[in-house]
Amino acid sequence: MNYLDKDLTSLHEDLVSGKITAESLTKETFANIKKTDETTQAFLNLNEDAAIKNAQAIDQAGIDADNVLSGIPVAIKDNLVTEGLTTTAASKMLENFKPIYSATAVEKLAAKQTINVGKVNMDEFAMGGSTENSAFKITKNAWDATKVPGGSSGGSAAAVASGQVPVALGSDTGGSIRQPASFNGVVGMKPTYGRVSRWGLIAFGSSLDQIGPITRTVKDNAAVLTAIAGHDEHDLTSSTKKVPDFTAGLDDSASVKGMKIGLPKEFIGEGVDADVKAAILAAADKFRELGATVDEVSLPHNKYGVAAYYIIASSEASSNLQRFDGIRYGYRAKDVQNLEDVYVKSRSEGFGDEVKRRIMLGTYSLSAGFYDAYFKKAAQVRTLIIQDFQKVMQDHDFIMGPVAPTVAFTIGEEVSDPMTMYMNDILTIPVNLAGLPGMSIPAGFSKGLPIGLQLIGKPFDEATIYKAGYVFEQNTEFHKQTPELGGQA
Amino acid sequence: MANNISKDQVQHVAELAKLELDDNQLDYFTDQLGQIIGLFETLNEVDTTDVPVTSTVSDQLNVMREDVADNWNQKDALLANAPETENGYIKVPAIIDESED
Repeated sequence: MNYLDKDLTSLHEDLVSGKITAESLTKETFANIKKTDETTQAFLNLNEDAAIKNAQAIDQAGIDADNVLSGIPVAIKDNLVTEGLTTTAASKMLENFKPIYSATAVEKLAAKQTINVGKVNMDEFAMGGSTENSAFKITKNAWDATKVPGGSSGGSAAAVASGQVPVALGSDTGGSIRQPASFNGVVGMKPTYGRVSRWGLIAFGSSLDQIGPITRTVKDNAAVLTAIAGHDEHDLTSSTKKVPDFTAGLDDSASVKGMKIGLPKEFIGEGVDADVKAAILAAADKFRELGATVDEVSLPHNKYGVAAYYIIASSEASSNLQRFDGIRYGYRAKDVQNLEDVYVKSRSEGFGDEVKRRIMLGTYSLSAGFYDAYFKKAAQVRTLIIQDFQKVMQDHDFIMGPVAPTVAFTIGEEVSDPMTMYMNDILTIPVNLAGLPGMSIPAGFSKGLPIGLQLIGKPFDEATIYKAGYVFEQNTEFHKQTPELGGQA
Repeated sequence: MANNISKDQVQHVAELAKLELDDNQLDYFTDQLGQIIGLFETLNEVDTTDVPVTSTVSDQLNVMREDVADNWNQKDALLANAPETENGYIKVPAIIDESED
């Protein structure tokens, strides 16, 4: 069975009709992962025994005909804690860490009778844009094994794009769901800040982090977000707003007629690859053809987003990562003489370079004498970035642009050059700073590699960008193209 | 590129963050952090007079709840994650240097 051309609706039909069972689907999923992951290297840890038992239990109880997620295999990014299942955040620091509870988003997916097949690779502690910062393995782009899958949710995106699972959870602090979704030609949603509980997400930048789904189609994505969203008393930043059924209206009646779309000139300016720009302009024409208006708008502070972000996210990270001290859990250095040694040697040996870089940047930005010049300044610029969005959103339904300035780059090409790597996030970061929902959907190819279109919505208005994304998808063929696994290289 | 941060400053920051850098790493990080701090400096181009800071984009403010104790009964599972334990306690080395006794 080829899962690459199956969406949740068609898998669900087969499960309900009895053509397949949750158990057979799960077993085939593992057989397929074992075959394809020799190349893709998306998984860190398979949950095979528990998953098959879970599938058998679901079959026994009966597939829920009203629940499209019933019996569906899912993969979980390894910075979401899973009870009893090793959770590493792709760090040597947590190599043997077994959580004693599960993240709310993981629990909510499980409550919908999904089957957790395992944990997928990422940049260590979600810091990076290529998944090359994993302490354990280098995941490959599903379209070309010489290219990065993007990051930090590179394992999630590659697993979905290569047909290993129809659904994966990722997390997005500065683009970590959208950019790998873009690089692998799949759909990735970073919801509004507060839409999904962060309880059980290993914290990186707490004012920016959001959990979201990566799937093959827009409608699948909407179904998963509907399942994982909602207030949680364990996360005091999670919103009490009612969660709509995001799949409602994603059918033949969906239309973008009369919608007003803003295309920021800064998103197609200098530094954006010509093929990427052409694909986005073609997407704008497609929306016009479908009855929307697209006009040029400006986000004048967008260019300061990267600087503000690396101050704010690194500051929050330096604070969040203080907990890794080698005492209560995680890596502890050997041959230490005193308590100070435990802290210093465990952290120095347990963290990779990118994590150390961010911890030091954050420590510096928050340190005496520099706080006002860096952290406070960045927090003020953040306000200006938010105001730019508010102004445009006053008379637009949503904003469109590229997800990343380029398609997937070559493994090894940028990993030693953090400045270049950081600038890749210039089009995704402002969305996190403003807490807005942003989604990547397939919108073209350049030299055989996927290009992602980013749709940015108003706070808590994921429904509009799902609708627009669905209409775009139904009127284009990009999402129907599937990679020749392992790539042409 | 101007030196935005000195080796001594990087050494100081590493100590604050409880990280240890050897000479090669110190050079490597001083160079990289200098470049990134150069990027941070571009924020000086922005006039932020009277602009308020944003520290959260959450729509929830001052969330209160009852302070209720909850027994998770997970002592063994918690201790299983500790690198070293003894008699139900987490074990750590002496605070002062063991070789100084």
